[in-house]
Amino acid sequence: MTDLTPPAMDPAVVARLARLDLTDDEKARLRREFDGLLRYFAQIQSVDTTGVEPMVYPVPLQNVLRDDLVRPSTPREEILRNAPGAGGGEFFRVPKVLES
Amino acid sequence: MEFRPTIGLETHVQLATATKLFCGCANRFGDAPNTLVCPVCTGQPGVLPVLNRQALELGIRAALALDAELAPFTKFDRKHYFYPDLPKGFQISQFDLPFAHGGGIRLDDGTFVRLRRIHLEEDAGKGIHDRGDSTLVDLNRAGVPLLEIVTEPDVHSSEQAYDYLTKLKERLRFAGISECDMEKGSLRCDVNVSIHPVGQDGFGTRCEIKNLNSFAMVRRALEYEIARQTQLLESGGRVVQETRTWRDAEGRTETMRSKEEAQDYRYFPEPDLPPLTIDAQLIAAIRTQLPESADTRRARYQAMGLNSEELQTLTLDRASGDWFESLAKACGEAKAAAVWTCGEVNRLRNERNCSFSDLPITPAQVASVIALAKSGRASVSAARQVFNALVASPSKTADSLLNELGLEQVSDTGAIEAAVAEVLAANEKAVAEYRAGKEKAAGSLMGQVMKKMGGRANPAIVQEALKRLLAGG
Repeated sequence: MTDLTPPAMDPAVVARLARLDLTDDEKARLRREFDGLLRYFAQIQSVDTTGVEPMVYPVPLQNVLRDDLVRPSTPREEILRNAPGAGGGEFFRVPKVLES
Repeated sequence: MEFRPTIGLETHVQLATATKLFCGCANRFGDAPNTLVCPVCTGQPGVLPVLNRQALELGIRAALALDAELAPFTKFDRKHYFYPDLPKGFQISQFDLPFAHGGGIRLDDGTFVRLRRIHLEEDAGKGIHDRGDSTLVDLNRAGVPLLEIVTEPDVHSSEQAYDYLTKLKERLRFAGISECDMEKGSLRCDVNVSIHPVGQDGFGTRCEIKNLNSFAMVRRALEYEIARQTQLLESGGRVVQETRTWRDAEGRTETMRSKEEAQDYRYFPEPDLPPLTIDAQLIAAIRTQLPESADTRRARYQAMGLNSEELQTLTLDRASGDWFESLAKACGEAKAAAVWTCGEVNRLRNERNCSFSDLPITPAQVASVIALAKSGRASVSAARQVFNALVASPSKTADSLLNELGLEQVSDTGAIEAAVAEVLAANEKAVAEYRAGKEKAAGSLMGQVMKKMGGRANPAIVQEALKRLLAGG
């Protein structure tokens, strides 16, 4: 009998990776939801796939390419319109980050 | 105890495409901030990236130029991290199926530096941290096609690292893949280094070094870091795995961030980009377009009889050799073409601080100057003056400038003999000395003949006439 116990997935770790600040209640709820999701995956994982080629893309498409031709860019005002703090300037403006 | 350093190099090269990797925004350096952006490269919801064919082909070309093996099947993956210069919250990169692996570069000391992998990815934007209280972000660079080239741990000294980078740059530039201009950021390099006792297996704990803006800095940083780690181990300490930054002004590395906690990039296949198959036909087609390498060129030029200095100048970049070859074709003489390209033409290029492809004079024009010298109508120095005059007045011909400047060389034997006879008559003492065996005296006589003829006499004919008249009495 295949083990259907999903691997543990800690909502706190996932939240940190996604830069989300969760309350304990939210974390508890996510833990339940993750467990449910992971059980589905464990079920899929239990299928014997010996001899089946791994699929990396679900649609039978490949080599979708475009020619290297310049197309007009979007006007800066328009791109910066949704950026908070850009203030009609030339740049996106974010809280100071350390030079890396 | 003696330690041996092991160095890994990770080089990022911007591909010389017209557009970005996944959208039609121009791939260009130096434009006004955020003017080469669109919904795709700024990561707006609902957009669809489409791969640039030229980027893929340049990538394949790079792999061929580095003797790497192409993967028959490759795909893109998302690499997740958060930084303001990365608008989507992930970078489209390649994880487990890079498009090429293997190949490498032979160093001067015979070491072969193997390549672990070559993959395609998109560049991030640029953060500006030194203006006011905020960080400013320019996304013109976001989405520019990058090639990441990673070595196996085959480099064991700062010298070898320097040599590897120099040769890598030459290969990529000659193949027309990238400008590889570190000042413009089209080539960037991170290194990691560890040391371990000679004769023991395995590797020591490694540190990664960032903020290396020139090959010379790479060399200096490695030298410092190897000494630092050696000192640490010799005094009983241990090396901590971390990322360090190079402070060039102070000549030292310092901790940037600790790597104690492994990064989790949560890679997964990029669902918006179908995978790629690279078939033999495509590879063969790209191979036929692969320009001649610097090594092949050097060997070919050497066979033409060029000296090592000429070889060096003519393989500085592809344009210098191309220029030389156009000139050689136009004037029909490789050696003269090399002498002129490395001499006057290169001097002009240095003066103008431009590339061979941007010179204000053409190979055909220089060939016409060489023809004047070859036919004996201009002395070497007169030909140089015509060259300079031609640069100043490119609409004129070498011929007309020779006349205009009154530089036409006199090869009329009669006129030359007359001048020689006059000089001999006026210098009985020198003549007597020469005839007494003091051959040096001929030099001053020669000088006087040249002076008498305004420096325009053909020196070979003067010399010949002088010898004859001195001998004949």
